[in-house]
Amino acid sequence: MSVGLSVQHDSGVLHVSGQARYIDDIPLPANVLHLAFGLSSEAHAEILSMDLSAVRAAPGVVAVLTAEDLPHGADCSPSAHDEPLLAEGRVHYMGQPVFLVLAESHLAARKAARLGKITYEALPAILTVEQALAAESRFGPPVIWERGETEAALEAAPRRLSGVIEMGGQEHFYLESQAAAVLPGEGGDLHVYSSTQHPTEIQHKVAEAIGRPMHAVRVECRRMGGGFGGKESQGNAPAIACAIGALLTGRPCKMRYDRDDDMVITGKRHDFRIRYDVGYDGQGRIQAVSFQHYTRAGWAQDLTHPVADRAMLHSDNAYFIPAMRIESHRLRTNTQSATAYRGFGGPQGMLGIERVLDHLAHALGRDPLEVRRLNFYPDRPTDGLPPAEVATTHYGQEVRDMVLGRLTDRLVQSAEYHARRKAIAEWNAANPVLKRGIALTPVKFGISFTLTHLNQAGALVHVYADGSVHLNHGGTEMGQGLFRKVSQVAASEFGLPLELIKITATDTAKVPNTSATAASSGTDLNGMAVQVACVTIRDRMAAHLASVAGVAPEQVRFEGGRVTAGSAEMTFGEAAAACYAARVSLSSTGYYKTPDLSWDRAKGRGRPFFYFAYGAAVSEVVIDTLTGENRILRTDILHDAGASLNPELDIGQIEGGFVQGAGWLTTEELVWDDQGRLRTHAPSTYKIPACADRPRTFNVTLWDEPNPEATIYRSKAVGEPPFMHGNSVLMALSDAIASCGDVSRYVALDAPATPERVLMAVRAQQGHQHG
Amino acid sequence: MSDVAFLLNGTPVRVEGVSPARTLLDWLREERGLTGTKEGCNEGDCGACTVVVSDEAGSRALNACILFLPQLQGKSIRTVEGFADEAGRLSPVQQAMAECHGSQCGFCTPGIVASLTAAVISGARDHDRTLAGNLCRCTGYAPIIRAAKAAETAPLPVWVTSDRSRALPPVMNRSRAAWFAPQSSDELAALYLANPQTRLIAGATDVGLWVTKGLKDLGPVAFIAGVKDLQRIEETAEHFRIGAMVTLSDLLAALSPHFASLGAMLARYASVQVRNAATIGGNIGNGSPIGDSPPALIALDAKLHLRRGDSRRSLPLEAYFLDYGRQDRQPGEFIEWIEIPKQADTLRVAKLSKRFDQDISAVLGAFNLVTEAGVIASARIAFGGMAGTPKRAGATEAALIGRALSDETLRAAQAALETDFTPLSDMRASAAYRMEGAKGMLARVFAEARGLKTDLHEVQA
Repeated sequence: MSVGLSVQHDSGVLHVSGQARYIDDIPLPANVLHLAFGLSSEAHAEILSMDLSAVRAAPGVVAVLTAEDLPHGADCSPSAHDEPLLAEGRVHYMGQPVFLVLAESHLAARKAARLGKITYEALPAILTVEQALAAESRFGPPVIWERGETEAALEAAPRRLSGVIEMGGQEHFYLESQAAAVLPGEGGDLHVYSSTQHPTEIQHKVAEAIGRPMHAVRVECRRMGGGFGGKESQGNAPAIACAIGALLTGRPCKMRYDRDDDMVITGKRHDFRIRYDVGYDGQGRIQAVSFQHYTRAGWAQDLTHPVADRAMLHSDNAYFIPAMRIESHRLRTNTQSATAYRGFGGPQGMLGIERVLDHLAHALGRDPLEVRRLNFYPDRPTDGLPPAEVATTHYGQEVRDMVLGRLTDRLVQSAEYHARRKAIAEWNAANPVLKRGIALTPVKFGISFTLTHLNQAGALVHVYADGSVHLNHGGTEMGQGLFRKVSQVAASEFGLPLELIKITATDTAKVPNTSATAASSGTDLNGMAVQVACVTIRDRMAAHLASVAGVAPEQVRFEGGRVTAGSAEMTFGEAAAACYAARVSLSSTGYYKTPDLSWDRAKGRGRPFFYFAYGAAVSEVVIDTLTGENRILRTDILHDAGASLNPELDIGQIEGGFVQGAGWLTTEELVWDDQGRLRTHAPSTYKIPACADRPRTFNVTLWDEPNPEATIYRSKAVGEPPFMHGNSVLMALSDAIASCGDVSRYVALDAPATPERVLMAVRAQQGHQHG
Repeated sequence: MSDVAFLLNGTPVRVEGVSPARTLLDWLREERGLTGTKEGCNEGDCGACTVVVSDEAGSRALNACILFLPQLQGKSIRTVEGFADEAGRLSPVQQAMAECHGSQCGFCTPGIVASLTAAVISGARDHDRTLAGNLCRCTGYAPIIRAAKAAETAPLPVWVTSDRSRALPPVMNRSRAAWFAPQSSDELAALYLANPQTRLIAGATDVGLWVTKGLKDLGPVAFIAGVKDLQRIEETAEHFRIGAMVTLSDLLAALSPHFASLGAMLARYASVQVRNAATIGGNIGNGSPIGDSPPALIALDAKLHLRRGDSRRSLPLEAYFLDYGRQDRQPGEFIEWIEIPKQADTLRVAKLSKRFDQDISAVLGAFNLVTEAGVIASARIAFGGMAGTPKRAGATEAALIGRALSDETLRAAQAALETDFTPLSDMRASAAYRMEGAKGMLARVFAEARGLKTDLHEVQA
């Protein structure tokens, strides 16, 4: 039984030997064309004229296309049909694709793309939250959800405070930039290779862009060099561009963004400003919170609504809040269209309430951990009995699987939180220059797509007559180890060693109508679909072998690569051959849909999530009060992956998610200038964590308790939830800064907490402003 | 167009008709179909394209994306496809990376394998330093470090000796070369005097980006890293003489024992891959307002030796930087040597950047204070990132010299910094933070002298 074993990534050997193929590594016919976009140099402007003669005359250029040359408009939006592939008369952000170059080489295309002479008439650019609010520049009216009478509860509360936290966006910085390649087939059919989390979306958008049914387009993705949400919708443009190029020229087309182009063109995590007003009692128990979320959505709608919804859905995090009102403002700005990014708004919403807890603990002079625990939803009983009472979230979902009380107890012990907090206080009293801080933050993350119909998956499993198994499912591999986990499911169902299971590229011709591999759902959905298909085939085999052996089908055993039916014992291969010879079908699809979901988005009520994933992190930091530089000294994470399908792969997701989350809140700063130009468009200026930025001491442990819900082998989704353990770093930095001076003053540290922001916060705490 | 010859994964290769701006990465991927080496950023910042290059001097990790083919003349190149043994068995580094779950998406992995392989060869055990130039977005690095530890005692790859000894002789058909490749400073002086419009390329860690990002045509070029007599570090009774073609890696090794704080800063200068290519001459010559090593060298009272044809002159390093983008260097003139006076190690260098490793400084401060009986006897202070050039802090020095190491002196010196500098705001830092950080650096020198703990890296959880 391979489920539960820490088997290495299915492509590990291919990765380390350089054999793993990504889009740009696929051998293509020699006549392939290379594509590049010419980009807007204005944030908001009318295009008065375009002189592309120099582009067309550049060496190696085969064709140059503008919006007028696109046969069917070529929309790239996953939602609102508001993202033309090439600007139509007006540009909406600096970096927007305006024209498309097809050339004989990647370099020739890039060089030519810089030769366009476009004259613009500048329009006022809306770049900031303030500008967007003043101009009423929005995607729809504010979304408001409320439980209880929040205003009355705030007024009735013994204590009250308010504040605001700003948090920046985040560049995905997948190491493989956006890429696609298209081979023209016969009769105008297209074969698309795309680095995408969402092959079906690519298929749908390409079909639309060429005016053909979806069956004319086949999309394949073997793997991505990282996705993190950045390849949920952002891969549409290069795939559509290649499809149109292939159709117009009859030649294969490939497009991969240069890194700087990628950062300038594509969307990022939504930045948020969250205002809060909280009412609480003398112990720190929250009675009511009112939140206002403001997010810059960028120029197009993209996935902003579901992202901002998820931020609202995570505004409680782990805490029961009797009265809560959330007002969510989705602002249209002349910047890159903010998009999906690991956590999908959850991190932003969660950071809002974590800030509230930190702030009110400070106001009460209590350890924030005590105040956090005081407000936790009640744990589910450990005796298996139904709980006496079940708390519900602000959107009305019962929290029946809470484990954070017990989990936090264990983590506090293993991380020696209390002893270290004391030691840190002593250190800070004795050391004027270097100050330390510590914080524990919990995570409760809702698992399921909030658009309920996306919670379905399909699979296609073949058993060959030699007993080897080939399968496909709708999920995509972006490094998370999905293929490995799914192969473990199949191997376990057939009682086979993993070597006999092969999973090939995700392919719209094999499994149709797939959902994006997103929302941490990959294994939950596709593992189940594969299990269903495997069980179907196994049952057929068992029925046949049982009838031959004269035993009941349930007495047929599939274990250790062998099959036993009564006194008959054979290899799985022999069993497969016997079934084939007896004309038993050895191929099956599998289908799964998540049960028991109901969600009314307009009202903000229902059960959007199948279950919650939990975890908590303790981080300790040290800051230099002279420069604001800082380091993470130690992080301990205890994380709930249910009954883990593959503990080492899950730990990999937790370590990686934490470091990415810590990066979001510390060194990763997106800077736009006042013209709307993204100034941090390369790794030289945009700083994701480097090797030495991980915690000096880094302990990650799994909370190994089966999921009460009937997920695949009772495991839990693990892609996104660990990202939010990064919150502990921001709170620990805040704790360190708090020790620098005026203890009555709340630090109110914004993110990302760059050395600059840390130093300025230290200076403010010390009571004098910088020079 | 011209020819280049080298060993590629053990096989001699002669590339004909090379454009001098053709990068190794593009050539590997587009011409040779060796797609294991990846393009992550195409500017030397992510390390996905790391390869191991060997010659008689040793083996080193380099970024293939900003390495021009002519720079590889006569050398041996190992890509990820060349690390397994002849039977196709994975190397210990590759094995450890797979077994320790060191890869997730796998795109950075070939570069990480290359960097760790180079570290096994050199015996480097500081894995954070080895990997500072290899970005991974998936793993959080922890499993990669576990793999690095597991592989650190691995035997040297069998190909190391042959790659070094079989390196090809560095002479090609020079008569039809499309670039210069001088082997001596006399040769360089003559050709540069005769062709002063020639672009000098040493490590190409800066010029490389003009090509890969600026998409510029370089015009006539000379690859000068092979100028042997400028690769030397000489020690006289009174000076260290550093040849302009000394790499930052060699500089780090040579100066760390003498100037510990300078060594610590140089260990954060870009990444191993960049330090292995970049030269001190290039670092000074390109006139960056930050530069990292120039302010430190100014604080050490370094002199620059320039040569034009047969005429030589020297000047204090600080005088070389005239203004933003303008240096005191005539057409046809080049940097030969940097001369550092031997002295007690009183230099303190502080580098302030958004990310600790492999980041361009917002501010680089270098403080060389000599105290006698509690009084500051001399002070040489220079900053990068505070003005259009690396620049001395004259007023600050004046506020310090002759004063005690007291809070009062510190406050006066910090105030003087505002006379010395009016920094700018950009995407790296605001003007206010640059100034505040510079003041903080100065305060740290004082705090350290008082015996306070000031080093983040010495703190344990």
